Amino acid sequence: MITRRRLLKSTAATGLTLAAGGLSAPALAQGAKIRLGYVSPQSGPLAAFSEADQFIIDGFLASDAGSNFEVIVKDSQSNPNRAAEVAKELIIDDEIDMMLVASTPETTNPVATTCEAEEIPVISTVAPWQPYFIGQQGNPGDPGSWQPFDFSFHFFWGLEDVISVFTAMWNQLDTNKSVGAIFPNDGDGNAWGDPVVGFPPVLDAQGYTLTDTGRYQNLTDDFSAQINAFKAANCEIVTGVPIPPDFTTFWTQAKQQGFNPKAASIGKAILFPQAVEALGDQGHNLSSEVWWSPSHPFASSLTGQSAGDLAAGYEAATGKQWTQPIGFVHALFEMAANVMGRVEDSRDPDEVTAAIAATQLSSIVGRIAFDGAGLPPFATQNVAKTPLVGGQWRLKDGGGYDLVIVDNSVHPDIPTGGSMEEIPS
Amino acid sequence: MIWVDTIIQGILLGGLYALFAAGLSLVFGIMRLVNLAHGDLIVMGAYLMLVLVTLLGLSPFLAVFIAMPLMFVLGWVLQKFLLNRTLGDDILPPLLVTFGLSIALQNALLEGFSADSQRLPTNALTTASVDVGPITLGVMPLLTFASAVLVIIGLNQLFYRTELGRAFRATSDDATTASLMGIKPANIFATATGIALVIVTIAALYLGLRANFDPNIGPARLIYAFEAVIIGGLGSLWGTLLGGIIIGVAQTVGAAVNPEWQILAGHVAFLVVLLVRPRGLFPRAND
Repeated sequence: MITRRRLLKSTAATGLTLAAGGLSAPALAQGAKIRLGYVSPQSGPLAAFSEADQFIIDGFLASDAGSNFEVIVKDSQSNPNRAAEVAKELIIDDEIDMMLVASTPETTNPVATTCEAEEIPVISTVAPWQPYFIGQQGNPGDPGSWQPFDFSFHFFWGLEDVISVFTAMWNQLDTNKSVGAIFPNDGDGNAWGDPVVGFPPVLDAQGYTLTDTGRYQNLTDDFSAQINAFKAANCEIVTGVPIPPDFTTFWTQAKQQGFNPKAASIGKAILFPQAVEALGDQGHNLSSEVWWSPSHPFASSLTGQSAGDLAAGYEAATGKQWTQPIGFVHALFEMAANVMGRVEDSRDPDEVTAAIAATQLSSIVGRIAFDGAGLPPFATQNVAKTPLVGGQWRLKDGGGYDLVIVDNSVHPDIPTGGSMEEIPS
Repeated sequence: MIWVDTIIQGILLGGLYALFAAGLSLVFGIMRLVNLAHGDLIVMGAYLMLVLVTLLGLSPFLAVFIAMPLMFVLGWVLQKFLLNRTLGDDILPPLLVTFGLSIALQNALLEGFSADSQRLPTNALTTASVDVGPITLGVMPLLTFASAVLVIIGLNQLFYRTELGRAFRATSDDATTASLMGIKPANIFATATGIALVIVTIAALYLGLRANFDPNIGPARLIYAFEAVIIGGLGSLWGTLLGGIIIGVAQTVGAAVNPEWQILAGHVAFLVVLLVRPRGLFPRAND
């Protein structure tokens, strides 16, 4: 049977053979531009993740390798259905050679699933690997049925890394090891609070007691119930993965009602400096996971820029403080240039896929290789892990916050800027 | 003691919901206009104050008094030149137009202010608290509740003690007959929406001081406002306050049982009231 894909493949191959006279040069040197599709949430509630997109793409297209590419950008509008729709448009109407997709499982999963069905190679990032991998399985509840993907690849860290970073930060402090958790009823909250793969078993093993009051709904206006439960359990540590407005509500109410934990390690909500600034001066010494920072000792394979240079370039170009997704979106385009530099025919999905799987790239977010390091067997084929460390937001003189890395016990090559401090009560 | 605390926190939360709802209640009561953009207008008010606070270096509590007249004019113009054209026998056009307005406002704010979380600048007042016996109450929730009560008292005075209020009630009861008596319903409607947006500005102040806002947060605030209006009964302002308190207390009590129940408990309370009193607790008009 002649499928659309096979027809394209054969005509493209013939055309190229005629044009290039059978020369086998790398795809990068073949004249016609390689078409990359890029999907990210540029509007809607997730838009903060994509604020640096334009800056990164402009930088990529201006680089030597980037001049061989055409990047077609689509907005997912923070909506999974829309993400799948634009992915289809990119594949069918724009006839892209490879898909790139970033930021949250709500964006990566529908796009990766669409690409997998259409047999287009796809690289994704900025979503913990569990929701990416398990979330796309037919039956997330049955590990025995999980299948690896043929065309989808992902680089980021996983839940196990957050757990080890958070507990390492708490171990630096002298506490009563009583932890209160605010886990919302969404993909992240359910994964973090999962009794098998989440926080509870690890905390138990390390001698912490966990007060988990249950999954609340996002955009809740009152956290008195949780605060009362944490006070009753004498919690000195708070953790959770709320959305930013909920964390502000929780933290403000906690202060109003006299609940002052020594440490608050929060995922997601305090990722962006703007969200911490929204807490006024109450954000001092809040801690969070750090996936990328200007002090990471890595450099771009594309431009040679260090992490610090890239962040400084962004701050100079936009007048905004650096954010963590900058490094990962840049690394996504590093991956594209690196992979396409190693294939002869960019329109051959099988060859491109094989090249992605063979990647050994020193990128601005660290080494990316699909060698299964630190991963369970079922995910080794599709996932590459990048390093994760822990940081604290420190109030600057004259306003604003700096993210200081305070724990690198798992990745000692990333320098710390200080050690864990208690939250002033 | 935790139960007393839970209920008091719920009542204070109800004040916030009542503030969200008061403007909606006014517009809904007078012209039967369901304003689906109400939540987005609150968010817009918060951004307006953010601009005033940032540009002029004012305290948010002063900025609100500058924002109020601006919002009044905006509401007046919005009603006079857009929403009045949608009013008629058919209830669908105002719904569709305000729904469209909601989407347009969200995207305009996103374009103008980006998706960053914002908050009105806070000071020590935000986390200040007072001890009432064994219970600790935040100063900010107390202020919110007091403002809600003042807004309701003010609106009631306006409705029942002034000529404008008489015109409001007359137009609400029968716009045709009222216009025979020399009242111009179009202008009355415009003034009502203007006043509604003044209340929206007060709601925006507390929304912005309480937690973060971003351009997309409006619709989530709309649903509690609606429920408070419906529980209270059409046209009853004290009913709206009570509706807000019922939802607030239901939420905190639900959460005290199990946080999974928090939002659901508010909605269940709403459904129970609808089952028992389909027209709300204190319906004023007979339609």
